[in-house]
Amino acid sequence: MKSEQIKALIQPHQVHRDVYTSADVYNAEMQHLFPNVWIFVGHESQTPNKGDYITTQVGDQPVIQVRHTDGEIYVLYNRCPHKGTKIAIDRAGNTGKFFRCPYHAWAFKTDGCLLAIPLRKGYEDTGFENTDSSKGMKAVGAVKVYRGFVFVRLAKEGIAFDEFFGGSLSSIDNMVDRAPAGRLEISGPPLRYMHNCNWKMLVENQTDTCHPMVAHESSAGTAVKIFEELGSPEPRPAAMQIIAPFMSPYEFFEKMGIRTWPNGHGHTGVNMSIHSNYDAIPGYFEAMIETYGEEQAKAILDENRHNTVYFPNIMVKAPLQQLRNFIPLGPNKTLAESYVYRLVGAPEKLVAMSAMYNRMINAPTSIVGHDDLEMYERAQEGLNANALEWVNIQRLHKDDEDYTEEVVENGTTERQMRNQFAAWLKFISASVEDAPDTSGSE
Amino acid sequence: MEHNITPNDIIDFIYAEARMLDEGSYNDWLDLWLPDGHYWMPLDYKQTDPINETSLLWEDSFMLRLRVERLNGARTFSQKPKSRCHHVIQRPFVDIFDLENGEFQTNTSMHYVETRLDDQILLALTATHDLKLVDGKLRIANKKVELLNSDAAFGNIQLLP
Ligand SMILES: [Fe+2]
Repeated sequence: MKSEQIKALIQPHQVHRDVYTSADVYNAEMQHLFPNVWIFVGHESQTPNKGDYITTQVGDQPVIQVRHTDGEIYVLYNRCPHKGTKIAIDRAGNTGKFFRCPYHAWAFKTDGCLLAIPLRKGYEDTGFENTDSSKGMKAVGAVKVYRGFVFVRLAKEGIAFDEFFGGSLSSIDNMVDRAPAGRLEISGPPLRYMHNCNWKMLVENQTDTCHPMVAHESSAGTAVKIFEELGSPEPRPAAMQIIAPFMSPYEFFEKMGIRTWPNGHGHTGVNMSIHSNYDAIPGYFEAMIETYGEEQAKAILDENRHNTVYFPNIMVKAPLQQLRNFIPLGPNKTLAESYVYRLVGAPEKLVAMSAMYNRMINAPTSIVGHDDLEMYERAQEGLNANALEWVNIQRLHKDDEDYTEEVVENGTTERQMRNQFAAWLKFISASVEDAPDTSGSE
Repeated sequence: MEHNITPNDIIDFIYAEARMLDEGSYNDWLDLWLPDGHYWMPLDYKQTDPINETSLLWEDSFMLRLRVERLNGARTFSQKPKSRCHHVIQRPFVDIFDLENGEFQTNTSMHYVETRLDDQILLALTATHDLKLVDGKLRIANKKVELLNSDAAFGNIQLLP
């Protein structure tokens, strides 16, 4: 696609349906958006020991996160430089001191360097040393481990990590600061939930505060009804803490507030959120005071941000130590992986709460997730209607919106969706313009 | 004790439970449960901790009632149209038959089919039931459903194996 074609898809108040449905747009995203921004890979606690690795995707690119013999985390393309075979296929494992391709036994150090090839003599005088295949497994352009979270930029050159995320890192900071020991650890494998819709629908939903009381009435509303029928017993059933707040009225979500940062990041729950009213867990505040002192401990725990979108495709829920990774698999196919982390030094009850939220809200078996997926998939199918080609993102839109500024607004604005598309356009079109002309080839 | 419960009664109970779920007799099904029971569906193969790691389901009586009542709600969008399900079960093994304490455990292999609109999924699974004899009636104390492919990515699974 050409830069003008991509620009024509985004207007201030609406986006063309092709951004959700077109294979050409999807390919442009994979070639020009995902490689040029910082994408989440995993958490360092998933690969704590030398030789530990996980396999995942960055956009549509297969990668391995591995702990090298020097203790550093490397992220390599999961592709043998010989014939293309994926080097590792299990989701997690330990490879020892080197990777060995199962096809022809080419071996690589855990930083990707070629270590050995059987019958190496056969490559003498062939010019093999001048090929990319002789250089070993390819590493991504850049890796940054931020407070335990591993991000990569596939492109060698591009926007720096700190510049890309800017003030939005405060949500990851708050999530990690909630651990008395100042670090998180993964707790179990992620939920894996397949969605027949475009990845951006899931990302936009994270700050869509006008849908919970509508789409989730059947779960949250029914929970409140049953609770009242039971005579409002104390302590509240777990579902009343987790699911019932979704029935909060529009005014609640308006007051929650939304903050947007440059480059497409933003969060709901500036002033308070649906996570503000959870029961206190004995021993936790005391452990936090021990680390931080009372004033700072209180400040950390009073921050109750709801969902923070790290553009383009993850969401972090700091008060519950959750991360959702929306992995694109095609224009109309997305895998949502939902992780929970343990706050090191905190009572186990906190991770129990995170795991509970995860299964109640983010699971393929979740009565809340069911209605979200239903909405996305209906939208993906409804967008085929030729009578209307545009999707509206106009709520509380102002003419002079400047997405290079950090702002806080009414919690029901769709500004964060507009902010995401502004970043989307910025990074894709810059890259398309720099790319060699491929017109006619698509 | 004068309970004349036999292993066959235990097995019949498991078959009857599956039939209630297939026929959507959810109120009868909820009545089978003891109040502090949990329905557990692990996420990880051979998972041992239902609490501190994510499970697919770990539902108490409130959640089970909510799940069941929601199915019939006027605004339950993901159930318009409704899903249907079908259990094909192998004869349960009665692994614990403790007549004295009225405690029993079964292990049941089954194929569970769920359908809605043009989609149909098939799950192979093993169910472990802890049953208790209370006031002469068999009740479900706990139920664990281990999916053979619990680590796979799923779309919606809306009804209960
Ligand atoms: Fe939702």
